[in-house]
Amino acid sequence: MLHTLSISELSAHLAARQVSSVELTRHFLARIERLNPALNAIITLTAEAALAAAAAADHRLAAGERGALLGIPVIHKDIFCTDGVRTSCGSRMLDNFIAPYDATVVARLKAAGAVMLGKANMDEFAMGSSNETSYYGSVKNPWDITRVPGGSSGGSAAATAARLAPYVTGTDTGGSIRQPAALTGVTGIKPTYGRVSRYGIVAFASSLDQAGVFAHSAADAAAVLEIMSGFDPLDSTSVDAPVPRYGAELAAPAAAGGPLAGLKIGLLREFFDGLEARNAALIHDALAVFRSLGATTREVSLPHLPLSVPTYYVVAPAECSSNLSRFDGVRFGYRCAQPKDLLDLYKRSRGEGFGAEVKRRIMTGTYVLSAGYFDAYYLKAQKVRRLITDDFRTAFESVDLVIGPTTPTPAFKLGAKLEDPVTMYLNDIYTIGANLAGLPGMSVPCGFVDDLPMGLQLIGPHFAEGKLLNAAHRFQQATDWHAHAPRGYE
Amino acid sequence: MADWEVVIGLEIHAQLATRSKIFSGAATAYGAPPNSQASLVDLAYPGVLPVLNAEAVRMAVKFGLAIGATVAPRSVFARKNYFYPDLPKGYQISQYELPVVSRGRLTVLLDDGVSKTIGITRAHLEEDAGKSLHEGLANASGIDLNRAGTPLLEIVSEPDMRSAKEAVAYMKKVHTLVRYLDICDGNMQEGSFRCDANVSVRPRGREKFGTRAEIKNLNSFRFVEKAIHYEVARQIDLLESGGKVIQETRLYDSDKDETRSMRSKEEANDYRYFPDPDLLPVVIDDEFIATVRRTLPELPDEKAARFERDLGLSAYDAGVLSAGRELAAYFEAVLAELGTAHAKLAANWVMGELSSALNRENLEVSESRVSPARFSQLLARIVDATISGKIAKDVFEALWSGSQSADEIIDAQGLRQITDSGAIGTVIDAVIAANPKQLADYRSGKDKLFGFFVGQVMKATGGKANPAQLNELLKAKLGGGP
Repeated sequence: MLHTLSISELSAHLAARQVSSVELTRHFLARIERLNPALNAIITLTAEAALAAAAAADHRLAAGERGALLGIPVIHKDIFCTDGVRTSCGSRMLDNFIAPYDATVVARLKAAGAVMLGKANMDEFAMGSSNETSYYGSVKNPWDITRVPGGSSGGSAAATAARLAPYVTGTDTGGSIRQPAALTGVTGIKPTYGRVSRYGIVAFASSLDQAGVFAHSAADAAAVLEIMSGFDPLDSTSVDAPVPRYGAELAAPAAAGGPLAGLKIGLLREFFDGLEARNAALIHDALAVFRSLGATTREVSLPHLPLSVPTYYVVAPAECSSNLSRFDGVRFGYRCAQPKDLLDLYKRSRGEGFGAEVKRRIMTGTYVLSAGYFDAYYLKAQKVRRLITDDFRTAFESVDLVIGPTTPTPAFKLGAKLEDPVTMYLNDIYTIGANLAGLPGMSVPCGFVDDLPMGLQLIGPHFAEGKLLNAAHRFQQATDWHAHAPRGYE
Repeated sequence: MADWEVVIGLEIHAQLATRSKIFSGAATAYGAPPNSQASLVDLAYPGVLPVLNAEAVRMAVKFGLAIGATVAPRSVFARKNYFYPDLPKGYQISQYELPVVSRGRLTVLLDDGVSKTIGITRAHLEEDAGKSLHEGLANASGIDLNRAGTPLLEIVSEPDMRSAKEAVAYMKKVHTLVRYLDICDGNMQEGSFRCDANVSVRPRGREKFGTRAEIKNLNSFRFVEKAIHYEVARQIDLLESGGKVIQETRLYDSDKDETRSMRSKEEANDYRYFPDPDLLPVVIDDEFIATVRRTLPELPDEKAARFERDLGLSAYDAGVLSAGRELAAYFEAVLAELGTAHAKLAANWVMGELSSALNRENLEVSESRVSPARFSQLLARIVDATISGKIAKDVFEALWSGSQSADEIIDAQGLRQITDSGAIGTVIDAVIAANPKQLADYRSGKDKLFGFFVGQVMKATGGKANPAQLNELLKAKLGGGP
């Protein structure tokens, strides 16, 4: 079946004209129509444009052009601006917003011949860990539709797990790719801050936001990341450094001592404090696999990491409170009916256009930046952020990568944490550190607890995406956790 | 009644003359149809990001070097958060804790000839906001975002000025400087150069500053002077009648010539400044500074000092001729033809006839109807005694209104000075013969009649007699007198 093939297999099929891009596109569109209603993972379907793009890709293929993603379908998280297509960011505020331009990520993939099928549901403005804050309703986890898929890229993760597309884009501000990837049993990578352009991504927390990808394997993720990455003059924080050929690194022949010979892996001590025994056991099983592949493991400590959640919940809201000021009902987006004056326009447009979690964070962010509180909150959080970054730097002096669980628990029930924001925030306890330090992080499936998938997290030094992908790829060659599909979506 | 001392600090906003905006590629030209020069970045569309215009940084550094300031090796853009319809992002990108330029100074020459140094606390880069339009719209306000994102250099002085005159002198000095540096067109009608004035008063001798009021958006030197005068009087009246000045923002109404309260400190926004995470710190190294330093022109103070030292001009003349880059260039172009030995003559003519002709027609120096070359030929004819200074004024008017050269005008109108002693003597003899009574009076001691005879001879020669020769010959022929 076409949806079980890897990106390289699909690419080979297309190149050999065994299947056309139009056929491939129709196949996934049919799956979306059949499977999405129960999941609510896709909130905008662009079938007509997809078929036109597929036909165009078929012409390029017929003309002899080849490309890793040419003619292969994709779904974009609805945080990426897509020219002429609604870009809602999961919010009523942007329910009527048709983006007039493509985000750089979208443009790069489009140029590579990717065929966009539609846009994925998400937590409102990427604020949430369960995809329950979306204006378009919650997304269901394909492994158990009474459970959440994680967030904020919950629609992207669920769509990937349900094989609605070979790969799906996402963004990760505090774990929004890795946490849902773990909870839906797929592979997800958030690259180094600055590796992928933020231009055209509706901003949540600018110093933390980074785009990445969900796929069925590290090899597939590598193929996509190679095209998404690279310097963008439109994003001052994007880094002007060459993009390695990730795919080539994965294909390199194994060394004598095993494919990961010489790789030093650090086990994050702080990630195991209070972790349930069955979850911890899966991580230790994974470690054994890595050792069998030639890697050495040792324990490392990041003493300031337990402060990452409170630090994040100062920095991210502070930035979001400012980033979301542009949604004022004046130029685009939601505008309240018949405002009686300017203040009324502001108050009601924002009051009616934003959901509860977004408002909570705007309030928190406004507070921590206010005169008299700035030093105690924002400035102190920046100092702790520096300490966490230094902890990682120290750790990477003795190891190449650090690993641990992606989340404390498997997917929880819909509604279970909605009324308790702090418990919800703690779900990102393992993922936030990489964002604060700007490091690349990845989650790969590593087993099941109560028939629900769990994720193994890998974090590397800045620009070590190649190392992460390679380690994950060798792990996936030795295991088959990533190949499991939820029942009904095989 | 107490003796009050006035304390003034200015925040000058100079619009930098870059072609594109500070964070987007949109053009900065003035007067385009509303919103025709606003890109997605200027409109703050979701997902867009600012990219710093390097030219704006270069201009800021140029200014910093010109005022002897410290140029920060690392400066940071910050967000100033507040809601207003003409502020599309809901925040203004500015610099807060780490400005690009700090601790500079400028020396101003006051009317009484005393010079005074005004400290400049800082100069930072920021973006301008758009404009709200209310005219011609029924029950609605329009927003024009053409100006949004235009680069500004905000130049903040120390509270060093002690009168409205000092404030105006300082503002004029900055105005001159930014135009010299070619970083701002200085057009005050279009808002390219405007200021906010912080004004307070205190009993003379007291060290502690009084409570200040900030008068916003003054866009002419005259308004600065009048607004400060009004504000000082208001504060003194208030204090002398037992009241208190409150810290507030005020607006100057030029029609009524008064300042009015806009908002008090209590109503002031909490701007929640924090470093803009979309922009990297601006890193400026020594090499960049050296490159910019090489582009600095001779600055007004240096030029004035040179005019005094090398050309022998008075401090006043040197100051006037160096105050505008174009005027100085005109003066120097004239000297290049005429020779520096005649600098004083050239200075008098540039500041006299030329300036009044320009003022009369409200023209800039660059628009002068008489080029430096034509002008210097006229002056050369004074130097070589072809015409007198008096005749030269008539020739200048002919130069101004026509296209002929000075020599052509002199020849065509027969204005060449009579330097033949014999010819002048013949006229003097005739005048003396025709006025025996005046001659007798003169000889009996009425010295003042000498002028009468000069006038008669000039009249008879059509003003062309060489004045020095005339004086000498007349004195000899009248004899007997003083």
